[in-house]
Amino acid sequence: MDALEVAGSNLATPAILAFLLGITASLLRSDLRLPEPIYQTISIYLLFAIGLKGGVALSESDFSSLAMPALGTLAIGSVIPIWVYAVSRKAGRLSIPDAAAFAAHYGSTSVVTFTAALVFLESIGQFVEGFVLTLVAIMEVPAIVIGLAIAQLRMASSGGQGSASLRDALHEVLVGRSIVLLVGGLFVGAIAGADRMTSVTPFFVEPFQGILTLFLLEMGVVTARRFGDLRTAGPFILVFAIVAPIVNGFIGVVVGEATGLSVGGATILGVLAASASYIAAPAAVRIALPEANPSLYLTASLAVTFPFNLTAGIPLYYQLAQWVGG
Amino acid sequence: MDTNPFTESTTHLSLVTIVAEAILEQRLIRELKGLGVSGFTASMAHGQGSRGSRAGDLEGGNVKIETIVQPALAAEIMAHMESHYFEYYAVIVWVSEVGVLRGDKYL
Repeated sequence: MDALEVAGSNLATPAILAFLLGITASLLRSDLRLPEPIYQTISIYLLFAIGLKGGVALSESDFSSLAMPALGTLAIGSVIPIWVYAVSRKAGRLSIPDAAAFAAHYGSTSVVTFTAALVFLESIGQFVEGFVLTLVAIMEVPAIVIGLAIAQLRMASSGGQGSASLRDALHEVLVGRSIVLLVGGLFVGAIAGADRMTSVTPFFVEPFQGILTLFLLEMGVVTARRFGDLRTAGPFILVFAIVAPIVNGFIGVVVGEATGLSVGGATILGVLAASASYIAAPAAVRIALPEANPSLYLTASLAVTFPFNLTAGIPLYYQLAQWVGG
Repeated sequence: MDTNPFTESTTHLSLVTIVAEAILEQRLIRELKGLGVSGFTASMAHGQGSRGSRAGDLEGGNVKIETIVQPALAAEIMAHMESHYFEYYAVIVWVSEVGVLRGDKYL
């Protein structure tokens, strides 16, 4: 498949089409919205299903092949927030809290983008190591901690009040539902094993892609609602929100290949590195770093980076992985 | 016919209502308890305000917390909200006088 065919087949998956439909509906001022409790239920379903699937894969894979990619993922999750902070401060002239918020968001990852990438690779028949699911959980946390720690160190004024809210934020990240469901699901899946999991596969595996498609429809609406903020975001934010995922995606792919992942696995690590958090990081940053402006970091990660990765990024990182691997 | 609902069995107390971005719910409840609030009612709320930017798009819009307290505690809560939240968060707080039955519940 050439590059255009790959990009086209990604765009033509039902999940991505639903996302584009959500955006279109929102731009047309349709009243389309998933009711809040259903949105919450679906996000719990998706996170838990991903965890379970990863757990089963983990129980079947050998740990020596997981160690290096896991270390690589940890390294990427620690390096990205540092370069993102430096560039946001120097080139973007963002304030300390805004730059630290960008570091936390871009170093952390988007589970939905990751899932869309898995679905895409599956649809073109590309092999992916089952244990990459564990890398999601590894990628999610360190950058948020590092981003908040940078802010803490650089802002003398935050004092006692700051450390209390840093603790709150860490609690929010570590026992927030995305980590509990992902890591908890990994354990449940790994302990139960493939045979016993067959009793729940009709619910957690077979309808998964359909439910993901419904979720992306809603995400399209949520994304498009942020488009209005693009006008005030400024050129640095717009350029950064496209360039940063490409740079990080490249780093992820190279580290993936270097730590022994297949082309599919390296693509996934590229997607994990390239994607920016818009659930775990905003929640933590809002609590620990209220000075940072949500309309900057959410606009960048949700209105630019997320749709960019879904539509163009995923096939791009796949191409990079083939090129680096070949 | 006397239509005044405030009778000798009602006690005048302060109802403090806080509407804030949902992510603050746990923290607000903890702090209210710390100030001496013994009970409250929390519900999800949505609306529109001057700030409009929050991390709540994906985590549910706003929370509305209502608590009936002695006027002195109401003043403390108002002062706490003023010094800790108004600068960076989407929060509004108001206080109103209410008449309750079983006034000794709120001491």
